[in-house]
Amino acid sequence: MKFDTIIIGGGLAGLVCGIRLQEGGHKCAMVSTGQSALHFSSGSFDLLATLPDGTPVEHPLEAMSRLESPHPYARIGADNIARYDREFPEMMKRAGIGLTGSATRNHYHFTPMGTMKKTWLTLDEFVTFDEPSRLPWHRVVLVNFPGFLDFYTKFIADEFEKAGVSCTPVQVTLPFIEKLRSNPTEMRSANIARTFDSTGHIDELLRELKPHCGEADAVVMPAVFGLSSPAPLEYLKEQLGKPLCPLATMPPSVPGIRMQQQLTKHFVHLGGTFMLGDTVDRADIENNEVKAVYTTNHADIRLTADHYILATGSFFSRGIIARPDSVYEPIFDLDVFYDTDRSKWYDADVFAPQRYMTFGVMTTDSFRALRKGVELTNLHAVGSVLSGHNALHEGCGGGVSIMSALHVADSLLNDK
Amino acid sequence: MNLQQYNISENNFEQCIKCTVCTVYCPVVPLNEDFPGPKHAGPDGERLRLKDPDFFEKSLKYCLNCKRCEVACPSGVRIGDIIQSARIKHNTDTPKLRDMLLANTDFVGRMSTPLAPLVNMTLKLKPVKAVMDSVLKIDHRRVFPSYARQTFESWYRKHAAEQQQNFRKHVSYFHGCYANYNYPQLGKDLVKVMNAAGYGVHLLEKEKCCGVALISNGLINQATRQGKHNIASIRRSVVEQDMPVIGTSSTCIFTLRDEYPHLLHIDNADVRDRVELATRFLFRLIDEGKLKLVFRKDYKKRVAYHTACHMEKLGWAIYSTSLLRMIPGLDFVMLDSQCCGIAGTYGFKKENYRTSQGIGAPLFRQIESLGLDYVATDCETCKWQIEMSTSVPVMNPVSILAEALDVEATIQANR
Repeated sequence: MKFDTIIIGGGLAGLVCGIRLQEGGHKCAMVSTGQSALHFSSGSFDLLATLPDGTPVEHPLEAMSRLESPHPYARIGADNIARYDREFPEMMKRAGIGLTGSATRNHYHFTPMGTMKKTWLTLDEFVTFDEPSRLPWHRVVLVNFPGFLDFYTKFIADEFEKAGVSCTPVQVTLPFIEKLRSNPTEMRSANIARTFDSTGHIDELLRELKPHCGEADAVVMPAVFGLSSPAPLEYLKEQLGKPLCPLATMPPSVPGIRMQQQLTKHFVHLGGTFMLGDTVDRADIENNEVKAVYTTNHADIRLTADHYILATGSFFSRGIIARPDSVYEPIFDLDVFYDTDRSKWYDADVFAPQRYMTFGVMTTDSFRALRKGVELTNLHAVGSVLSGHNALHEGCGGGVSIMSALHVADSLLNDK
Repeated sequence: MNLQQYNISENNFEQCIKCTVCTVYCPVVPLNEDFPGPKHAGPDGERLRLKDPDFFEKSLKYCLNCKRCEVACPSGVRIGDIIQSARIKHNTDTPKLRDMLLANTDFVGRMSTPLAPLVNMTLKLKPVKAVMDSVLKIDHRRVFPSYARQTFESWYRKHAAEQQQNFRKHVSYFHGCYANYNYPQLGKDLVKVMNAAGYGVHLLEKEKCCGVALISNGLINQATRQGKHNIASIRRSVVEQDMPVIGTSSTCIFTLRDEYPHLLHIDNADVRDRVELATRFLFRLIDEGKLKLVFRKDYKKRVAYHTACHMEKLGWAIYSTSLLRMIPGLDFVMLDSQCCGIAGTYGFKKENYRTSQGIGAPLFRQIESLGLDYVATDCETCKWQIEMSTSVPVMNPVSILAEALDVEATIQANR
């Protein structure tokens, strides 16, 4: 099977790269072991919240000059990042996904715990704030459904009270949601969202909800609306008559699932081939060039392309794998940055920056992968498989995936 | 003492990180609140069942065994296998008469074909359907696939076997029960396409039903016996005669390759790679430049492809769709990959009818909206379900290839 580009990994980085390449006229195939971490998305993409030395960042673009290679941002360059900051939301809009925010200045959004966190871009359906301490409301109602345990109303109410907003918890009982409780382990956001996809169910919710909303300035609810399309959420917003403030839930994330499906659909709509549930096991490499890759499902039938992109993610998705004393990349056996002294991988303080988070594959400044110190001419790495950044500590996971994916896609398109 | 004896299962449940992604893609969960969902029924339940088999829940029978949970799992957990293995290991209920009838596609087919017109007519009669519904609990709304007067095997022996010796290259054909008893035309189409491609087609020695319906209805001993017999026949073809085995049913092929070793513990490692769908076999030849198919210029059809669940699990839809896309006059549409709800014998059972039709509803709506000549799919039970629930006829991709193929030109092009 012959393609222009084969992308290994169907998460955020892979999809962004694939969509950019398809839009540029490349014929791509994407191989994805399963569904991706977008299923746990908070609804926001972080670009840069903290510098590696711990300095908080308000203005990510300005702060870029303080990062050094091998940090992926230093390799991409502030000018390119500024350009992608303008172009990425446009690209997402073409996939049907609306985003708010700018790399010039971070904004704030709610975490599932009700705390405020700095971020770069947020899905339009969520409420964003310029300042963490000032909320535009005096009184809110905090709505949950009995038996839904992935939404921590007590913690959330505490956070609102701390910010000086009076918060009234409300439990809404609806027959179609009560039915889900017969199966408590599956009383999950996605299943609740599915019940609201049925006609009339949002109206029933509104009937129950409205009597509680009289005095409130806003209604805070778990983000359990619109699994396959944003329509139920839009209808709810329109009919509620008050600002709706959805909060991301514990996984799975309904907005994240919808985003993943929209991106996959868009990629396929643009002519891309998406191979779900398949794994790239090995590759043929000759003279530092990847000649073909082999997958579990296609076995002896080779997948070949001019370019290959490694977007397999970090430890979670086994883009890199830890042994007791080393970390390796399983497909190409690429050079991986890690500490040979295992005692240095972790900090006993779980909230401290963890060094293992910076482990990943090593590349050239143009993201060409390295193997035994030599660059592979047609294999690029993008996203969280890259070394040189700490997604948690720096608040840069989404940004590194998006920026590196766009940057590599553009370099391939300009190469033509 | 083996400290791990209550912790380690033969399936890899310990890889599960409890992310719940599988639950999102389970077609049963939204429609049947009695089914505990793939995560709970699979890896979560397995952990408990290893300590004490009393944790086995009968509601595991609501699993379709569609494997869409496995396709979605980011950690490669064989969730469907865990659930089916648990049913095999712990379910003590003896199968009902109904389940035995539905499961024994081979036996029922053999009994029915000699009396095909009578059987077909009888199965359409309202009183018969009412009795089947009330006594056997086979839903009266279900349309039965009709039986052919002549099996594929007997047609083959009379009309095709001899000519097959004229070819230099050869394959064996695992036709499955459907092509044999219900729709021999599919087998004839396969012979036509393979002959045009330069391959002689042969029957396996005494092919038996792959057993997928026996497995799902709890007739494990019989399934294992038939499986061992089939693998022995396949081994004679593949190892002794160097003839690969091809099929036209995604579920048969999936069962022979993956369910045999995973659920029935039949070792097929030496032949597994050489058992595949005809579309994959043909695609490989074309991909390697060893075959060229030439199609009729006057062929004009609008066709949508439905990815059957086991086809999704195999990851092979791309072979069938690539071949269909090669037909110049074929206006191709890809349907969203979703379960049609039938899942073999599942949808025939009265207690599952509502779930079955509910699962398929979005697919049926999409099919009706497209103005199609055909739906193409590699699974026969999907075909019954879609034909019963929509107005569009359903064809196996091999039949569409056969219909569109210019046989003479193809033979010339490969000289």
